[in-house]
Amino acid sequence: MVAHLGCIWQELLKWNGWGYNDSKFIFNKKGQAEFTGKRYRLGGMVLPTFKEWIEKTFGASLEHKTTSRASLNVNDVPPSIVNEEFLQDLRATKISYSQDAEDRVFRAHGHCLHEIFVLREGMFKRIPDIVVWPVCHEDVVKIVELACKHNLCIIPFGGGTSVSSALECPEEEKRTIVSLDTSQMNRILWIDEKNLTACVEAGIVGQDLEKQLAESGFCTGHEPDSMEFSSLGGWVATRASGMKKNIYGNIEDLVIHIKMVTPRGIVEKNCQVPRMSTGPDIHHFIMGSEGTLGVVTEVTIKIRPVPEYQKYGSVVFPNFERGVACLREVAKQRCAPASIRLVDNAQFQFGHALKPQVASIFTSFLDGLKKFYITKFKGFDPNILCVATLLFEGDREKVLQHEKQVYDIATKFGGLAAGEDNGQRGYMLTFVIAYIRDLGLDYYVIGESFETSVPWDRVLDLCRNVKERIVRECKEKGVQFAPLSTCRVTQTYDAGACVYFYFAFNYRGISDPIHVYEQIERAAREEILANGGSLSHHHGVGKLRKRWMKESISDVGLGMLRSVKEYVDPNNIFGNKNLL
Amino acid sequence: MALSSCSLSHSFFICSQQKELTSKKRDEFEDILEERRLSSDLRYAMKCYTPVIYKGLSPCKPNAIKSAVLQSEQVQYVIKQLAKEMGESPDIIQEEAMEILDEMGHSMQLGAVRFFAFTLSKIFKQLFQRVCVNEEGMQRLQHAIQEHPVVLLPSHRSYVDFLMLSYLLYTYDLALPVIAAGIDFLGMKIVGELLRRAGAFFMRRSFGGNRLYWAVFSEYVKTMLRSGYAPIEFFLEGTRSRTAKTLTPKFGLLSIVMEPFLKREVFDTYLVPISISYERILEESLYAYELLGVPKPKESTSGLLKARRILSDNFGTIHIYVGQPVSLRTLASGRINRCPYNLVPRHLPQKPSEDIQEFVSDVAYKMELLQIENMVLSPWVLVAAILLQNLPAMDFELLIEKTLWLKGLTQTFGGFIEWPDNLCARKAVLSGLTLHANIARLVDGHVVLNDKGLEDGAVGEIVFKRALAILMCATYRNQLLNVFVRPSLVAVALQMTRSFRKEEVYSCFSFLRDVFSDEFIFFPGISLKDFEEGCFLLTKCDAIQTSQQEIYPTDKGSVIVSFLSAMFKPFVEGYQLIFRYLSKETKEAFTEKQLIPGVRNFVFQLLEKGNTQCYEALSSDMQKNALAALVQLGAVKKKKIVETLLWDPATKFLNSLAGCFCLPLPFGFQSFSQGFDKQREQSCLFLIEGLLCVLE
Repeated sequence: MVAHLGCIWQELLKWNGWGYNDSKFIFNKKGQAEFTGKRYRLGGMVLPTFKEWIEKTFGASLEHKTTSRASLNVNDVPPSIVNEEFLQDLRATKISYSQDAEDRVFRAHGHCLHEIFVLREGMFKRIPDIVVWPVCHEDVVKIVELACKHNLCIIPFGGGTSVSSALECPEEEKRTIVSLDTSQMNRILWIDEKNLTACVEAGIVGQDLEKQLAESGFCTGHEPDSMEFSSLGGWVATRASGMKKNIYGNIEDLVIHIKMVTPRGIVEKNCQVPRMSTGPDIHHFIMGSEGTLGVVTEVTIKIRPVPEYQKYGSVVFPNFERGVACLREVAKQRCAPASIRLVDNAQFQFGHALKPQVASIFTSFLDGLKKFYITKFKGFDPNILCVATLLFEGDREKVLQHEKQVYDIATKFGGLAAGEDNGQRGYMLTFVIAYIRDLGLDYYVIGESFETSVPWDRVLDLCRNVKERIVRECKEKGVQFAPLSTCRVTQTYDAGACVYFYFAFNYRGISDPIHVYEQIERAAREEILANGGSLSHHHGVGKLRKRWMKESISDVGLGMLRSVKEYVDPNNIFGNKNLL
Repeated sequence: MALSSCSLSHSFFICSQQKELTSKKRDEFEDILEERRLSSDLRYAMKCYTPVIYKGLSPCKPNAIKSAVLQSEQVQYVIKQLAKEMGESPDIIQEEAMEILDEMGHSMQLGAVRFFAFTLSKIFKQLFQRVCVNEEGMQRLQHAIQEHPVVLLPSHRSYVDFLMLSYLLYTYDLALPVIAAGIDFLGMKIVGELLRRAGAFFMRRSFGGNRLYWAVFSEYVKTMLRSGYAPIEFFLEGTRSRTAKTLTPKFGLLSIVMEPFLKREVFDTYLVPISISYERILEESLYAYELLGVPKPKESTSGLLKARRILSDNFGTIHIYVGQPVSLRTLASGRINRCPYNLVPRHLPQKPSEDIQEFVSDVAYKMELLQIENMVLSPWVLVAAILLQNLPAMDFELLIEKTLWLKGLTQTFGGFIEWPDNLCARKAVLSGLTLHANIARLVDGHVVLNDKGLEDGAVGEIVFKRALAILMCATYRNQLLNVFVRPSLVAVALQMTRSFRKEEVYSCFSFLRDVFSDEFIFFPGISLKDFEEGCFLLTKCDAIQTSQQEIYPTDKGSVIVSFLSAMFKPFVEGYQLIFRYLSKETKEAFTEKQLIPGVRNFVFQLLEKGNTQCYEALSSDMQKNALAALVQLGAVKKKKIVETLLWDPATKFLNSLAGCFCLPLPFGFQSFSQGFDKQREQSCLFLIEGLLCVLE
């Protein structure tokens, strides 16, 4: 077996949960919540109110604990079945590979709740038989050729952060499944400062891309919540969206050129231009294809100079309705900052519970004063009010000007500026929330997020109805504790918004929590569709949401996609069964 | 006990208040007048009223609603459209919309509510012995009101219905409803305005073509519903049923109140079927006159004042059964799964898709069937049904025996009879006769209809008086019909086809069901299920036996089968007379205004000559229903010529229809099956089959 490269990265990460091994929420000896590690701002801090929040919100108790298996039981893992002829051909290419159980399990899943649950307590029925690590475009070409020759199934793997069951291996797949890990294709090939573009290999993960570009004074500005771990190729394959899309655009706005290896050959364009009128844009077959057509190997992406100045901010609104009205107005005036999000009351309280212990009596006094001002003096009900968090970016002067414009609008909707700190904590929440799920799993709390996009006039109705539906479904399905059902308007557009939901509940007393969870999630999705929301704004379809594709894009639409798949990959080499 | 002053014959009600209803699954009733007889009405009217309201409600004034409606995207859109089309300034149309709103809008005030709480207490105590409510229903309603917007759907038999629910909700400290009322009430001085203040809002009788009116009206209702401002009350039947039979539902308002849910502007909406049953209907004689063509007095305040003499009369007990709130979301789940409103902005006026229209219609029928299921039937209803089959006079003892028998049958069919466990049949019949002394009385051990007016009237007058008495009596029998209709039509079909083959009986049943689709309430499109239910009920009471292919009456079942078909005979005969009239007497197109007096005269003459005994064919209600059925069957076509509706009969088809019922003229009082001869029977079968082919 050839020594492989994947292990370095893999060993930093949890095998049965989200993110880095050294970063997690724990309850310390005093019973207080604490976040470990030094990677995040929250690292090493004690969160005095978090425990109480968990107990109050979920009815969970520290005494009732479940524990995950400590490590992978290699004996449970399905054996690797690989044809010797293929192995010989593969060895000849000098591409590194592995049939090791841990390597294969690591690439057999994304981060859906049920997948993590299986890792903690069970085993997948089908996992990849072999993992390969191409280091460049040519390697990928060779692997795809071999797969066609030996009739194998390839499942491309980038950062492994999928939340649509996209990485799960189809159980009924009889052929050898090759997990094509792109992580070693992680170089920036060139930077073109004149045109402000960079050509990058598709396996690079978001944080490395930004770090390396920053060395030359650039950034892409594409920051999905998973950017620490997700890869450029994955963004393209799922039609990703970044937090700062208001300035930089979503992935479809950022991409200038894509090179993809398919069973039919390589697909790319002949030039790298801002726009062309040459029939339907072939990029749009690739973006969102979810690994069903081929492997994206190289992407030319727009870059921008690193902004001079960044400023967080936040606004408190008396209620969610006013907040949404304000965001709508901001969108109408097209003056949205790099990011603007509106969290509902439950999520505001959630964020509040993650407030670290204050350093001095003075800050604590100030906090008290602020709270007094907002709730008593301004008459905001702490159980109804909601908060918008803001992130401004650009020239210092322009940022300040922009900030004033946005705050002026907010004032018209009854909003009160609530400081930078609240804003920053709001954004931090997005990065640590996935870690919180792992903590919840230890205490019988399971949860997940899901998202949609919706026209402005339906935002309020959709948020209210979906949250209510979740609460009801929980009750009907025998969940004994009230669930956490909360949302935020997380992106604004001219014609609508992206809404993000968090949903979690305490499953004590339920025998099959995952099944119950899935039923409720499905009901919530039905509710979204009935309220005029989309099947997905940026998570993608995968296998989790396939059943609604026909309804979403019509029979003919589905047929159009199918015919592309049939032409590009007639033998279904890219057989992950996503999307269609 | 509170009712110490009332007559002896009613005293049994008091003794057995605990458990009056024979059927066990039903809720218990509570008399709300009892409390009123014990304590001060004034204090009651002035009590501290802090109602249970919708959880998401932000309180607002009636005028705030009006301006919200006027400013709404929906209304503004239509105003702009109309302004563009008519080349007028939007301000003028806006003004018009404002006027519509002022005419329509309620202005609920607690003062007016208290006024009604006081006066209605006085009036109800005077008129009724008891007003009974199922308290469990009120509790369910209380939960429903807090949870989601609520639509109250009471049955409509009397003007008393109108403020009854408001009175009830006030008594139980629940949010008062806003009530859809006909615009004619506004014609009444003072009263109209009082009603407005008690929460009535007024709709014009027809406004199909008026887009502005439609927009303003529907938005007004929807605004109140969406905000959970108040429960919305209206009558599915659209008007008071003059016959005590449930009228086929109207869909307009129902589709309006369903829209906010279908557009997902609210999470859910509760529809609450409410059955209001009267032991004796206040307007019984008025209705009979009206059915016979003596016009209904226009709603007027002076009329109301004149009507006060009825205050000295006794109208027995009212039962109000508040049904289980039905979640619209549950009804729609799995049914409306497409997203019909996703591709057009929700504020644009949109004709509902066929799917949705069908859904609205199904919901309407479902609600009416739920109303029917929970109607409380008094023993008198049974007496009336028996009496009508045994005119002109019936032995009292036999009547008692038959009543008891019918009670059992009614309960087998799921009827909800108010008959205390320890009440003997004699007392029950007697008390019914006392309460309804204007309809029938006991003479020399015989019960006779009270159809004698002046002793020596002309023949016409005698017929008229008799018709009045029969129609009044029929009003009570009618309360049984929707409970009996499925097994009875099976019985009629059995007799008509004279066959035991299930298929043939079903064909005939299905045909009758179509013919009577406006007369009785059938859930659309489930003919086979109705047939099976009818057969099941007949089997349950041992009237028939069924095998895979056959149905045959049992020996002892023939009594039941004859009784059931005789119960529906007036309809079969009545329809036949009407069809006959149409096929023989009308050659050209006619309007409804021409038809009704025409049929009436035709039947009247037959009655005078003694050629028929079917007095009920004089009822304009039956005539209208028959006409509607004919239109549906395609035997008569509806045409619209300059604002008048014309009906164009297809004579041949009509002839065969009339023949189809296959009953000889004149009808005697002989039992239904006696009029059959073999030949007729054959032709009847042939015709029915032919007809069914045509219909398919």
